[in-house]
Amino acid sequence: MSATTTPRPVSIRSPLRPFEGSGLIVLRNYVTYKSQWKLFATGFLEPVFYLFSIGIGVGKLIHVFEFNGHAIPYAEFVAPGMLAASAFNGALLDSTFNVFFKLKYEKLYDQLLVTPLTTSDVARGEIIWGQLRGGSYSLAFLVVMWALGLVHSWWAVLAFPAALLIGFAFSAVCMSLTTFMTSWQDFDKITMVQLPLFLFSGTFFPITAFHGVLRWVIEVTPLYRGVVLCRELTTGVITWESGFSLVYLVAMGVLGLVVVRRRLDALLLT
Amino acid sequence: MVEHFSDVMIRARGLRKSFGDLEAVKGIDIEVHKGEAFGFLGPNGAGKSSTMRMIAAVSPASGGELSILGMDPAKDGPAIRARLGVCPQEDTLDVELNVFDNLYIYGRYFGIPRAEVRARAEELLAFVQLTEKRTAKVEDLSGGMKRRLTIARSLINRPDVLLLDEPTTGLDPQARHLLWDRLFRLKQQGVTLVITTHYMDEAEQLADRLVVMDKGVIAAEGSPLELIRQYSTREVAELRFPVGDHDATAEKIADLGERVEVLPDRILVYSDDGEHVLEEVHGRGLRPLATLVRRSTLEDVFLRLTGRTLVD
Repeated sequence: MSATTTPRPVSIRSPLRPFEGSGLIVLRNYVTYKSQWKLFATGFLEPVFYLFSIGIGVGKLIHVFEFNGHAIPYAEFVAPGMLAASAFNGALLDSTFNVFFKLKYEKLYDQLLVTPLTTSDVARGEIIWGQLRGGSYSLAFLVVMWALGLVHSWWAVLAFPAALLIGFAFSAVCMSLTTFMTSWQDFDKITMVQLPLFLFSGTFFPITAFHGVLRWVIEVTPLYRGVVLCRELTTGVITWESGFSLVYLVAMGVLGLVVVRRRLDALLLT
Repeated sequence: MVEHFSDVMIRARGLRKSFGDLEAVKGIDIEVHKGEAFGFLGPNGAGKSSTMRMIAAVSPASGGELSILGMDPAKDGPAIRARLGVCPQEDTLDVELNVFDNLYIYGRYFGIPRAEVRARAEELLAFVQLTEKRTAKVEDLSGGMKRRLTIARSLINRPDVLLLDEPTTGLDPQARHLLWDRLFRLKQQGVTLVITTHYMDEAEQLADRLVVMDKGVIAAEGSPLELIRQYSTREVAELRFPVGDHDATAEKIADLGERVEVLPDRILVYSDDGEHVLEEVHGRGLRPLATLVRRSTLEDVFLRLTGRTLVD
């Protein structure tokens, strides 16, 4: 035996095509969900309930409402806010609690990583899955909006990809935050951020209610960017704000994805 | 000595692994050949599992060289993992999937076509005697069944090398024997097995060649028989005297074997002829309460190499 017998390394490719691995993680999640479709249905109802109670119920008390210089009914103002907020809430739930459970308790990712799958596949697969789920809720909600006569522009069709983008941005960032969590108690911090974002991101009332620094702060929070984007699209009043939101949310998602992959490497490939 | 390149499945030279300040593996050399059953024997914390994870191409080496199936795990991780079967220490089955789907979905992770995975899953369920449980939930399975399912899962890609980390820990004797039988059959089919264990009987049953690891280094290497020959004697005479007499008695018979070991409840005399030791003991007027002559086992080797011995 001598050093010369070391076999020459030959680089051989993975048996999986690029993105096939992410698709397989989506397949795995789909199979586990088939038996839990009732759980799936409840996610759709939440924004619809908000729309009926606040948009339509409270809306009855408000006669004319001004948005970007246009007079619109209050329900038309609230509905896109609910669309963005439901994409946000869905992404948050999926990428925090569910991912934490798989990571720490089920040790699912440890199982996956002894196969040809990689941490990139895991990160992308989980986020794509979250968007499939969240996206189907958004689509259903848009249909409800249309049926209630709350949509007046063809731009509204783009509110669907916009909702997916919101979901993607939040999934990626929340999943990366989840990788830093050590116990269930850490999720209190998530709730502490989730609720104010939900209530004050221009979802139920216009941002003009705020002044000075506070308004500036809200303008750069991610959910506000999402709400503005959805609202401009469903009402058909498009401004440069939508363009800014688009760039903001894409950057947020990509950054989150990079952090997720690095963190999974650090946590699982030890 | 000339060796065929293709024959070496795993080769490590000066392989190291550290976690912060803790050095779990301190430079080991190993070579595993095709069709061989190779064992890592050692107490908890010896560095066995860390080594296994590096071989499984999930844990990057901290130093040294490692080549698996002729490939570099740092570069070709997915390609290497595609040809390995991994049976981890804990049963990490997918609890959200039923028994059959655990095999089916896992097989798909290897890029195996649907129909082919289905056929293999059915075949493997039969192989590990779980066909009747195919739609059961994982949490409803017994410990032995879970282990068998984990092994079946690790075979779905028809691996060239099967890595088993303490495969029978926590199983009852029936389940262990069934598992050994299945592993033996795999070996006959030409699958290379790499096993870690702290059960001596398991190592003797399954391993053609093994290394004894202790505190991150390899303490000894060879076949079970070679190790027994090198580190122990052919036989061991076990003598039981009234409690408290052991130390004094041991001095009187120290010359009877190659080595004498005093335990709290008995004296072990390592010798090639145990019966002769007993005759001599009686000839010196000593009257043990009980005696036993047995062949040396790997356990004797293990304890000598990793602790509890008079030799330091």
